Amino acid sequence: MQIKRFGFLAFLFALSISWAANASDSHDSHDDHDEHGEKSIKEQIAEVKEHHLKDSHSFHLWGDHANGTSVEFPLPVILWDEGTIHFFMSSAFHHAENETVESKGSYFRLYHSKIYKTDAEGTITYDEHHHPTNAKPLDLSITKTVFSTILVGLLIIWLFGSVAKNYRKDAVPRGISKFIEPLIILVRDDIARPNIGEKHYKKFMPYLLTVFFFIWIANLIGQTPLGINITGNIAVTLGLALITFFMTQFSGKKDYWAHIFWMPGVPYLMRVVLMPIEILGMFVKPFSLMIRLYANILAGHVVIMSIIGLIFIFSAWGAKGAFFGLTFFLSIIELLVAFLQAYIFTMLSALYFGSAVEEHDHH
Amino acid sequence: MEKLINDFSVGLFFWQLLLFVLLLLVLRKYAWKPILNAVEDREQSIEDALNQAEKAREEMQKLQSDNERILAEARAERDTILKEAREIKDKMISDAKGEASAQAENIISSAKEQIKNEKMAAITDLKNQVAEMSIEIAEMVLRKELEDKAKQSELVKGQLDNFKMN
Repeated sequence: MQIKRFGFLAFLFALSISWAANASDSHDSHDDHDEHGEKSIKEQIAEVKEHHLKDSHSFHLWGDHANGTSVEFPLPVILWDEGTIHFFMSSAFHHAENETVESKGSYFRLYHSKIYKTDAEGTITYDEHHHPTNAKPLDLSITKTVFSTILVGLLIIWLFGSVAKNYRKDAVPRGISKFIEPLIILVRDDIARPNIGEKHYKKFMPYLLTVFFFIWIANLIGQTPLGINITGNIAVTLGLALITFFMTQFSGKKDYWAHIFWMPGVPYLMRVVLMPIEILGMFVKPFSLMIRLYANILAGHVVIMSIIGLIFIFSAWGAKGAFFGLTFFLSIIELLVAFLQAYIFTMLSALYFGSAVEEHDHH
Repeated sequence: MEKLINDFSVGLFFWQLLLFVLLLLVLRKYAWKPILNAVEDREQSIEDALNQAEKAREEMQKLQSDNERILAEARAERDTILKEAREIKDKMISDAKGEASAQAENIISSAKEQIKNEKMAAITDLKNQVAEMSIEIAEMVLRKELEDKAKQSELVKGQLDNFKMN
């Protein structure tokens, strides 16, 4: 037991070190597409942060673009532009001379993690706020986040597939099932049953379990030094929140709609007042789901990266050690947040489903 | 807010929805259904086993109380049997005693009777013998006395006088 606990701490320790190392490797990287020149360490850290939080068209592991030590692998770029599908690997952006890729007669250029349509020279025009005014094709690329999502999905399918296989052979949980089963029971007995009710909860179990484990594992993957940030993308959390929203509306029973449009048991004037509030509530609920998960994970990443950055800003060894310790401590907190956010998202989804299928007995 | 909208990627949203729904469908078929079914089956079997154990325990208890009841009944029966036997024994002894004493009395009384009879017979016999002997003596005396006439008439006369006195 003691050894196991030590092993877990050692793992966390290694995690912090490698993350810190990751940051230090790339802390002097320059944005290829920006003007070159010496930058202060603070600017560099800010760049790394911004770069990490944004989605990327290639999977960068470590190293630097500028001096050619960058270790990364390209990901497929898929563009939909005026009825034409363009498909090439992201490495093409770096191979071409002016970083412009020609595909089926159109030219595309990667600028600040976004793909713009340009002319053959790769000219980008700016408005007064220094925002590019070039046309943007519909970018359906398998970006780093999409690629990571696929990996997480495969990991989950493999994990739970093997758990299911274990149960097919034997009713007694063995190996990984021993660890997974209490979590499944947690979702069922502490989230689904009390919030949705004994009668309807089974219908929502697949979604609740999937969303719980997807968010949790995606959050955990985000904790690794690979620099993956799945649930800290608003597009991801919007997707999840929308599924919860539509599932709630489609499973809404008569009582649910009655409570929204014509609240029973209150004076008629109040019903009129309550109707717009309730309709607003319908949309606020999934919106809060979206923002909560996105903001929590994003903030976690920002805080961790900021204090790792502080290790490099302070030159005194005592300060470096202190911030290293703080990073280590916050990493552990983030592990908790990873679980907590998955739990909260699942719990609130179950709560909304519960309100949709609830049947009141009118007296 | 502008940054938020700028950061929003339609492609990521599209892939995320697609991948998540795919993941949901695959997991629902190949993971959640078998896992949840297995867990529920096992819970059911555990519940059944517990219920059965409880039932068995109750039955055991019932059996035990039955046993105790039977034992108590047997003990009571044994006691009554013993009591009855004791009573019968006492009765038999007392009956035998009574009978024996009655019989003994009978025997004694009959013996007494017999003794009395024998005694009477003996007395009678003795009387008869005495009488005979007396008669014989009297005869012999008379013969001796009445050898002469005078004496005879004197005797008759004496006898007659005797009658007159009476």
